[in-house]
Amino acid sequence: MRETCLRMVYEIAKTDERVFFIGSDLGVGTLDQFKAEMPDRFFMEGIMEATIIGMAAGLAMEGKIVYVNTIATFITRRCFEQIVLDLCLHNVNVRLIGNGGGMVYAPLGPTHEAIEDIAIMRAIPNMTVTAPADADEMRRLMPLTVNHNGPIYIRLGKGYDPIVTTNDIPFEIGKVIPMRDGGDALIITTGISLKIALEAAEKLSQQELYVAVLHVPTIKPLDCDAILHYASMVPIVVTIEEHSVIGGLGSAIAELIAEANFNPAKRFKRIGIPDEFPDGYGSQAGLLDHYHINASELVSTVNRLAKAYE
Amino acid sequence: MNTSYHIRQNDSSRSQILDKRSRELRRTIVRMLQKSGRGHIGAALSLVEILRVLYDDVLNYDPRNPKLIDRDRCILSKGHGCMALYAVLEDKGYFPESELWKFCKIDGLLGGHPEIKVPGVEASTGSLGHGMGIGIGIALNAKYHKSKYRVFVVIGDGESNEGSVWEAAMCASKHSLENFTVIVDYNKYQSYGCTSEVLELEPLADKWKSFGFDVLEVDGHDVNQLKSAFSSRGNRPRSVICHTVKGCGIEFIENNLQWHHKNKVSDEELNALFEALKD
Repeated sequence: MRETCLRMVYEIAKTDERVFFIGSDLGVGTLDQFKAEMPDRFFMEGIMEATIIGMAAGLAMEGKIVYVNTIATFITRRCFEQIVLDLCLHNVNVRLIGNGGGMVYAPLGPTHEAIEDIAIMRAIPNMTVTAPADADEMRRLMPLTVNHNGPIYIRLGKGYDPIVTTNDIPFEIGKVIPMRDGGDALIITTGISLKIALEAAEKLSQQELYVAVLHVPTIKPLDCDAILHYASMVPIVVTIEEHSVIGGLGSAIAELIAEANFNPAKRFKRIGIPDEFPDGYGSQAGLLDHYHINASELVSTVNRLAKAYE
Repeated sequence: MNTSYHIRQNDSSRSQILDKRSRELRRTIVRMLQKSGRGHIGAALSLVEILRVLYDDVLNYDPRNPKLIDRDRCILSKGHGCMALYAVLEDKGYFPESELWKFCKIDGLLGGHPEIKVPGVEASTGSLGHGMGIGIGIALNAKYHKSKYRVFVVIGDGESNEGSVWEAAMCASKHSLENFTVIVDYNKYQSYGCTSEVLELEPLADKWKSFGFDVLEVDGHDVNQLKSAFSSRGNRPRSVICHTVKGCGIEFIENNLQWHHKNKVSDEELNALFEALKD
């Protein structure tokens, strides 16, 4: 996904002179072709996220479209105030590409795990928050980022994430994508957990529970009308995400559903990382299982809520 | 430090040596304080000559076209000094005088920190340590387009505590931004006390030199020194350390931290402020 994203930045830059790239001490060789062909629009800066965000804001204030890339934790937490004030208050066209959203960097521990990035980005006025599910969806998203008004946070997965999206429905920033129909429950997801949701829905269908899956690649602005439309058709809503249960997609959906005051009320559950720093290393997949962010947890959750509904 | 530029804390008021224009701009600031009942007056008064010289003698701009493409950009990174900026921008015709008297009011254009909705304000500032990063991006844009415009960023001495100032200094130096000038309003005080006690900045000039800047030190209330320092440019980013007096021009508030920020001003105090600024 990262490789596709950065290749798209290069391709976009070739056709649009407004496009600049700023990296923060990225791996050797990153975007070498961009650097060779468009050196005046390529900046590889030091480990100084605060200044990089300011610099991107300054370029964007002058009409440039600036793509900034580093690890998701550093591009969100370290320079949070610069994002709030330099980018969002000025509402400039800077795109933050965060490597390794969620627990991709599991072996490196909690300093490198972005478990609250969606929550903090979502809280800022003017910010758009996206989490594509795979490289194909990234390829559909990136061209749309060029002329989008205002800052965007793009959460990347691990890379080589299985392809689960299709281009049956045209991708639009701010729009949900219904992936599967079903009248018994609705699973709402974002990013790489779409694959988990689809697996769970398939397993549930074998138990004659027919579950719809709604992919929300844009967490902000949230496609409220569509989400409420799909929620209105089922008694059960479950969210799943590779993010803290505080402030992410699950919180956003909970806020929406609570205020919709459905009658009867929806049976609702968030699945995500509990309110703690991940303990242990291993792999992203291992930590996802540790926190029960997997298909079997979704299956049992939907079953439990369905039984309670009977 | 070059002591010839150092303004000793016990110097008597400089009100006697400020010219008519400097006093008039200060009267505007005091009137804003009178109308709003609040403001960072100490920080504004140390800035008056810096901004006056920039806008009178150095910057290329057009108040009728605030977004003039080749204008010089001036960012007040120490945004709490905005009363001085507003006084100068209004004087140049960026917005009507009536806005000055609605400073910090709910129906006013001008708030307690500058925002880009105000014609002539290049960046919304207030939280310290942001202006240089933004200024570097704008200066890089000028280099990319081979434009002649310059970027001036006015920072405070307290602001120089921020790590982002020194990150940005390294970055400006790396990119050899000769179109980029940092102006340090070095009035020797921050909110709690003397900069030397809260967080020592010295040797400040040596710091900037070691970060790759051309460094000039001037009396920040001497318009001729300021004009000379701001007008010239070298082949590296420049830092102009302006030795100033907090609250400059009104003896009883100079170097007096009770006047760093005011939100209650008595009629007696206002009378004394205006009296000190009489022509």
